[in-house]
Order: sequence, then C-alpha cells, then structure tokens
Amino acid sequence: MAKITFDGIEVEIPDGTTILNAARKIGGDVVPPAMCYYTPLKGSGGKCRACLVKVTAGSAKDPRPMPKLVASCVTPVQDGMVVENTLSPQVLEARKGVVEMLLINHPLDCPVCDQAGECDLQNFSYEHGTSATRYEEDRRTFEKQDIGPLIQLHMNRCILCYRCVYTADQLTNKRVHGVLGRGDASEIGTYIENVIDNEFSGNVIDVCPVGALTDKTFRFKNRVWFTKPLDAHRDCPKCAGKVILWTRGSDVLRVTARKNEYGEVVDFICNECRFEKKEMNDWTVEGPRHIARASVISANHYELPVLNPQLIPDLPQSTVDELNNFPRPFIS
Amino acid sequence: MGRKILTEHINVPDIHTLAVYRKMGGYRSVEKALKTMTSEEVVEEVKKSGLRGRGGAGFPTGMKWSFLAKPEGKPRYLVCNADESEPGTFKDRVLMEKIPHALIEGMITSSYALGARTSYIYIRGELMFVLRILEKAIAEAYAAGFLGENILGSGYSLDLHVHPGGGAYICGEETALLESLEGKRGNPRNKPPFPAVQGLYACPTVVNNVESIASVPWIVNNTGEEYAKIGVGRSTGTKLISAGGHLNKPGVYEIELGLPVEEFLFSDEYCGGIWKGRQFKAVVAGGSSVPILPAHLFLKTAEGVPRVMTYESLSEGGFVSGTMLGSGGFIAMDDTTCIVRNTWNFARFYHHESCGQCSPCREGTGWMEKILHRIEHGHGHMHDIDLLVNVSKQIEGNTICPLGDAAAWPVASAVRHFREEFEWHVKHPGAATQPGAVYRGAEEAALV
Repeated sequence: MAKITFDGIEVEIPDGTTILNAARKIGGDVVPPAMCYYTPLKGSGGKCRACLVKVTAGSAKDPRPMPKLVASCVTPVQDGMVVENTLSPQVLEARKGVVEMLLINHPLDCPVCDQAGECDLQNFSYEHGTSATRYEEDRRTFEKQDIGPLIQLHMNRCILCYRCVYTADQLTNKRVHGVLGRGDASEIGTYIENVIDNEFSGNVIDVCPVGALTDKTFRFKNRVWFTKPLDAHRDCPKCAGKVILWTRGSDVLRVTARKNEYGEVVDFICNECRFEKKEMNDWTVEGPRHIARASVISANHYELPVLNPQLIPDLPQSTVDELNNFPRPFIS
Repeated sequence: MGRKILTEHINVPDIHTLAVYRKMGGYRSVEKALKTMTSEEVVEEVKKSGLRGRGGAGFPTGMKWSFLAKPEGKPRYLVCNADESEPGTFKDRVLMEKIPHALIEGMITSSYALGARTSYIYIRGELMFVLRILEKAIAEAYAAGFLGENILGSGYSLDLHVHPGGGAYICGEETALLESLEGKRGNPRNKPPFPAVQGLYACPTVVNNVESIASVPWIVNNTGEEYAKIGVGRSTGTKLISAGGHLNKPGVYEIELGLPVEEFLFSDEYCGGIWKGRQFKAVVAGGSSVPILPAHLFLKTAEGVPRVMTYESLSEGGFVSGTMLGSGGFIAMDDTTCIVRNTWNFARFYHHESCGQCSPCREGTGWMEKILHRIEHGHGHMHDIDLLVNVSKQIEGNTICPLGDAAAWPVASAVRHFREEFEWHVKHPGAATQPGAVYRGAEEAALV
C-alpha cells in the first residue's frame, strides 16, 4: 500500500494504482478530468494531457519534485508522493491550454451535435476553458466518410483520443479502423472505405468522449435531456444485456451501455442489444436511471420533494408507508 | 590537432571493407571483451569512461546500461538508434557510410556487455544506400565469425539486423522507435515503464545512438580511464559535430570535448570562420531542437566566460542565455539570415513531424507555424509575438515525448533573443516580404 497526499488529502491505496485512480478514490472536485483515459481499455491514456498534475514530492525515498507536470492517468503512485491538482496554478494554466488546443479544431456546434449534454469536452471546456479563443487561422475539415449504416463518423469533431481504436482493437475480432496520417492531419478512418460491421462495433459510440462517433439510429431524433433514461436488461447470449433505454413516452429512442460516475462503460454491449432491440417489450425495465444532478441531462427532470411524514401530524400509517416506499426520484 | 577516436581511419581507402578495417586494428575490442572480460567488466569500463549518449540528451551511457532489468527468462535487446533526422545533424550517417564496421564492432561489444543475443540497427528509411553498406558489412562480419553462433569460440552468440524505418522524425524518439521496430505506428510510449524495464517486445532494452556505440570499442581497447582523460569534467571523450550553415568549411568534425567554441568556429582546422567574411549573427549549436543563440552569447556566457564545446558550458545560463550541445548539429548563421524565416522553417518541420498523439503538440506545433507564417509574410500583428511565446509555453513540458519541447524551444528562444526582428517584420510587412529582406539592427529600426 502507498500513502499519498492529493490536494492536501491523504489516502492509502494499493501500489501500482495511477494518480488519477487514487484521486477517484477521494472523489468530488479534486478528480482531474480525463478525455482519453478509459479504465476498461488497456493502454489508453496519456494522450489528451487533460489530467496533468504537479507532483511536488516523488516519493518518501526520493522527495524531489518531478520536473514536469505528469499525466495522472498513466503515472503510478509511490509511497509518500505529494500531488497537486486544483491547488496548483501551473496545472490549471496547463489545463486551460489543453482546452484551447482541443478546441482549435473541434467546432463549437453543440446546439446541433448529437453528443451535446453528454460530451466530456463540453464539460471540460466549461470547467477549465476561457470564453474566447485566440486562434485566428483556418480550421481543419474533413470529407464525410461512410463507415456503415449504424455509426456516423464526423471527423471534424474528433479529438484523437484513440479510445475507439483501443475499443476496436480489444473488443472486436475484425478491426478495420485506426488512425491514419500524422500530426494535426491525422484522422480516425477505415482503410479504403471499409464498413465497420462486427458484433461489438457500437461500443465505439459509447467510448467516444465527443460527438465524432454517434448512433445513426438515434441521430437528430431527440436531445438527450428530453429523454428519460431507464435501466433495463434482457437475456442476451452475446453480452451482459444490461443497458440504459433512452425513452420518450413509450418509444425507445436509443440504447446504450451503462456507465459509471466517470462516464466509463461498465459492461460493453452487443450491436443486437444496441441497434435492434428498440421495443419496450424486448426489455425488462428495472427502473429509472440515476443521473447525476450536475449533468445537463438532468435538466427538466425535477426531483420530487422529499417528504418527511413525521412533520405531518395524524397521518394514517398506510399513507406514511406509501410515502416512504415511494419510488426514489430517478434524478437526484 | 585534436585527438581522433572515431574518425582516425575514416579516410583510409576501402576502410568500409572488413579486410582493411581489420588491418587498421578493427575488431580487437570484440576479441578482448569476449575472451578476456566478463560482461560486467565491459559495463564497468563504459561507466568509468564517462561516455554520455551522443544522440542529444547526453545521458551517461554506462549508467543507462546498468539500469537494464535483470534477466528473468526474458531476452534483452540492444537497439542502435540510427534514425538520425534532426535538421542540421548529419554525423552518424558519415560513420555508417564510411566506416560501417566501427558500428558493427561496437554493436557486438555492447551487446555482449548487455547480454543481448539479438540486436537491431534501426536506420532512417531515406538512408537506403547506407543500409546497403551496413548489410554488406554485416554479411562480412558473419562470414568472418564475428556474428552468429559461438563468436570466436567464446560461446557467445549474436544476431544483428538492420531495420529501415519509414522516415518519420518521431521514430528517433526511443519508445517510438521501438514501436516502429515492432511493426506498429511510430507513436511514443508513456514512460514509465522505461525501455530498460519494458522495451522491445516488452523485454529489457537499451537504445543507444550510433556514435555512442561506435565509441565503445576504443573504450574497451584503451580502458575507460583513458577515455575519461579526454575532454573536460563530465563531458569526456570526443564528439562528432556536423557543422553546417554559413561556414567556410562545413563538414563533420571530431573534436575533443572542451575545445573553445571560438577555435571550433574560426580556426582553419575546423569551420574556418563565417563564409565570405560576413558577420556572425546566430547559431544553433546542437540540432534544430535546441534554443538558438545570438553570436555574442554563444562565444561567451552572459557573465563573460568564454564558452567551450561541452554539455555543461553550452548550457550555462539555462534557456535564458544558454543552449545545449544536443546532437552536435551545428548551424551557423551570418547576418543575411532572417531569424523569423528560419524559425518558421523549423516550426514547419516540427508541425509536419508531430505524430499527433497528444493534443498540445498536435495542435500547438501547427498553430505556431501558422503564426510564424503570418508574421513572415507580412500579415502579423504585434500581439502575435506574445501569443507565439504563450503557445510555446503551453506545449513545453506538457507532451508525451520531447518533440513538443523540441518544437517550442527554438521558437521561444528566437523571440527572446531576436524580438526586435519579429517586431520589424510586423511593422514593415512590405519590406519584410521582399526576397532576402533581413532586419539588420539599429539602422533599420531607425527607418520606422
């Protein structure tokens, strides 16, 4: 076990844990943002530089500070390490720079982007960005690419986090896409106009932190914050079958995998569950999905007031029980 | 006349052949190491020599070797980084082209020291003709029993392969090189783990520059102590300097570290001074990735101490008034050089060569190039100059590999030392875009 101090908070964590995961143990506002790191994907992280932190003491053995900011998602902790995240002006300045760089070629078209409301870059730029850009030059643009009937690739919005590449590499057995080109001319693409069609290809949509890869069967059907997320499952022979149904009335508009509080998929799902099972009858609904209050998706989803039956005198016991057993509001 | 270690026999006719190389004393270190020394003793000699990596970073070679993880059923590899692609640096190709057996001898001795049974020379793809020379030399070494099974009856076996890269600058970064050697896209890896622990095919690996490896035979033959006697302080031995730019005698020179810069630049034995008797304006001392220095700060430090050609002396003053010896890619510039155009040219290179893996480098290098393009072509604004510095700061130190730093340092240092030239370009958009237009100090400033 290693004892580290993160933003003045001491935690004890197993050796080999990364600084980011140590921060996630603490939780809350001290957790550095991560655009390219994705826990279930081996080898991810270190690319976007959003999670840079300052290590003011390397370890108890060697308490010298690390000379440069380090990517917290790929740097393992050492006993006695002291890390500064929100406390370091240098980190906040660097993060501002990363947002600016990422937004150079990412169009600010959130109003027409399908990812709006659940976009990591949108949140990241809101928290760490500036109100204006200093970039005056031309932006890069790409020709539209058809990669099949299920997934829309919109390269203009891609921030080259490589998550979809790792997903394709590690989840599917017929990888046809990857990074082509170099530098700011590099792009995610298929080799010679291939179609991405394998049973788990839809997961690249879930791992994409921005609107570069979206669900063609859902595009422009609705804004996510107008839909109602429900936890549901089905007996699927290919995957765990545990999903979120994004519904409007009784219509299932979209099916996605379930994600944890850091937006990472808990169980990857197959394409059949994602694209073909769009009827309520296909699923066993478990109940409303809990969405963090801070998320824009929770807009317009009002929480029911928490009643305290004790304050209402002479309430019949049956009513008290009923109020206590009232389904929890799905938005907290 | 400076002492020569690497280039002593370089002009001997047919030195590229095994027969002539042997006649000049070649492969003695292999015989000595394999027959009379343990691998630990070879490492110890290299440590004693104080040899520092000649690829640019200048990390002590012996220390790097001693970091190599202990074998645990895994093979160990030695990889020679022959992907020389730093603008202004062209020293390794001379060694490989003229005296290929020096590198092969170094590879065998070093591989023995590290316990490697398979070693690779990763060569830049554009140097196909050098690759052919190396392949021929390797075939000769195999035929003579210096490579292959049971070398010289010592029981030690080694296979040596030459692998051409695709010609990407980033593949000169050691982890990107390993990725490329494994057949993948040449993207740098996150460190840790370092190659000494998890390198080629996830096995302990040492990556060394051509010049470093080629220095090992001399060290083994003459002992590390002898090598350490050459040079000054922690900069021991000799160093190849590829001198280019506005010089009377550009070329590759082997110097003893500690040579006064003035002597290197102006004496007839070396560069012979600035061409056509023009004024010396600036220098890039160690390849295009190191900070540019104006002439006066190159010849003497800010404190007025004359500089010598060592890692320490050239970096005296940090990045405020110093630079780095780096790879030894020496580019001299006379007073007809437009610093803005030169900086734009460097920025263009790094923009083109950024692998695009991490955001500050991918987007920042392009941004810097575009700002510099604007200033150079008469469309710049005064605020662009500060913006340029700010963008370079956002890149510096925040990227996966040192390419970001390499892109940022020349730009930041050019603005630091030649700011008035950038301002002149902004103020005189018409004049600045004239062919050959160069800011020449106070006289032109008075024209404003």
